[in-house]
Amino acid sequence: MEEHTQHLFEMLSQVDGYIYPNELDLQWGILIVLYPYITGLVAGAFILASLERVFKVKVLKPTYHIALLTALSFLLVATLPLVSHLGKPLRAIEIMITPNGTSAMAIFGFIYLWYLMVVLLLELWFDYRRDMVIWAQQMKGFKRFVYRIFTLGVNDLSPKALRWDEKLGYFITIIGIPSAFLLHGYVGFIFGSVKANPWWSTVLMPVIFLFSAMVSGIALVMVVYLIISYIRKMKVDMKCLDMIGRYLLIALILDFSLESLDQIHRIYEAEESFEIISLLMSGQLTYTLLVFQVLLGTIIPLIVLTILQFYKKNIRLRQTLYMVVGFIVLIGIFFMRWNIVIGGQLFSKSFHGFTSFKLQLIGSEGILMAGLWLIIPIFILAFLLWLFPPWKKTEETAY
Amino acid sequence: MELKNKKNRRDFLKNGALLTGGMLIASGMKPFSALVYATNHNEDAEHWYGMAIDIEKCIGCGNCAKACKIENDVPEEPFFFRTWVEQYTILNDGSKIITSENGGLNGASQDYTPDEIFKSFFVPKMCNHCTNSPCTQVCPVGATFESPEGVALVDSTYCIGCRYCVQACPYGCRYIHPKTKIADKCTLCYHRITNGQVPACQEVCPTNAKIFGDLNDRSSELVQFIKKHDWQILKPHMNTKPKVVYNALSGEVN
Repeated sequence: MEEHTQHLFEMLSQVDGYIYPNELDLQWGILIVLYPYITGLVAGAFILASLERVFKVKVLKPTYHIALLTALSFLLVATLPLVSHLGKPLRAIEIMITPNGTSAMAIFGFIYLWYLMVVLLLELWFDYRRDMVIWAQQMKGFKRFVYRIFTLGVNDLSPKALRWDEKLGYFITIIGIPSAFLLHGYVGFIFGSVKANPWWSTVLMPVIFLFSAMVSGIALVMVVYLIISYIRKMKVDMKCLDMIGRYLLIALILDFSLESLDQIHRIYEAEESFEIISLLMSGQLTYTLLVFQVLLGTIIPLIVLTILQFYKKNIRLRQTLYMVVGFIVLIGIFFMRWNIVIGGQLFSKSFHGFTSFKLQLIGSEGILMAGLWLIIPIFILAFLLWLFPPWKKTEETAY
Repeated sequence: MELKNKKNRRDFLKNGALLTGGMLIASGMKPFSALVYATNHNEDAEHWYGMAIDIEKCIGCGNCAKACKIENDVPEEPFFFRTWVEQYTILNDGSKIITSENGGLNGASQDYTPDEIFKSFFVPKMCNHCTNSPCTQVCPVGATFESPEGVALVDSTYCIGCRYCVQACPYGCRYIHPKTKIADKCTLCYHRITNGQVPACQEVCPTNAKIFGDLNDRSSELVQFIKKHDWQILKPHMNTKPKVVYNALSGEVN
């Protein structure tokens, strides 16, 4: 017997109450949890970068390029868990060739490509073009070869050309902000528009996704910045770190308010699905929702970040606290995605029972594979930082 | 004579060009017309198929589920069904117990004594072939679509197996076939109904609890049944406009 079918037979005994027979098979597993998680990291990191460039928050300068490269590293991986989850991965390209106009999912490929090709790659290209031309002259071997290819033959370093780089890069960042909103708000819409599922179907879903994306992206850049500084044995710019911490606090407050609003609204309206959803929250989602998402990922970071707004003494302690907060926020947002994706499939659409989800260790849908999808972007980031070190860029003239 | 020939030739060319152009335009327009009738009642269609299920007649034997599995090569495991039978038992204390042991394939059993039971009945479930079907709406590649007769179908050569349609169906009528890895569902036995037969589940029903028919045909048994009975649909608040209707559907049914 096939492995998956055998797994389903085991799950039969785990059913609680009544579910429609076809609902035993949980459709979207941990790979689909990763999808909103990773795209959220991308969108959030980009929004942090644009704060520096468009909204002129100059203190964030040390993290500008790190944020962009982080966004790119994760974006390059974002589609892979999705495609590998498909029943027919080789047919994935059909989404681009023959998209169905009424499907929320159909435009994903286009939004993704727009964001990758038009926003991130172009912005980085305008930003690094001058450096790549200079580095290509200074270096030898592989790096020289890569830089020469990536400049696309545009080697003009006249002030006029550099001004154009600057202008166009700025313009793309401006386009990039709504694009980042689109990228992740849209992911929220994929879930929020499923009217059959009361746990997903809320108009707030895209907005909640957006703010949680900012939370996770900012936390990620903070952690990456601290780790890079530690590895390079460089002094951390505390002004910059404090500012990131402040933005993280603001994003967290907004995110928490929106999610609370959503829950309060559910409780007060107490629609047909209310009973099953409250059973879900107090049952199978207790740990992932109340402990990991709310307590660990939201309340504790809120308290620590608030304290850090006033406590300015011990630099080492503050750095450690920021590091810890960054990590637990990242864990919290992961479980927020988990609670939405997995949680939304645990209860029956008959509202009379629950199926359960058992995460496998191995296999394409297992923990190890999911871990791999999260580690690959970190390696890509390390490679990109080696190839395009932000700290070796020549001093920018103006912006 | 020569002049007439020339004129004929010119007419031929003109008509030919018109015809080719017209065909080109028509073929270009076709996808749009497909979009239009995916969400509207198509009165121009020759047939508009639906089904009535009479709960008063259903005895819960499970022949329909069994026949469906055989007719349509549905995997035999008890978590893949195109049609299944639910047993509702309302106890005297008001509690509602729903079961579907093995999807009703082997008939039903009752754990409660008649003294404890307030009422009990069976509800055969199947794809509702919604007029506003959420599953065809969300399919990213259009692999699941509505046939001109209003039957929701899956193009197995096209489905990418993203499972979005399974999530979108409020009735739990879809599953991913464990072998082909693509979405599978009730076709209303499309291969049978287009050959003048009734769906397999109806064919084997010993009490005639299922009535398949053409909603566009006023004289059909289905339309006559709908006319004479107080029918209801499942989850009307979803606004999916099902073409499968139930007689004597109790308020307890979800």
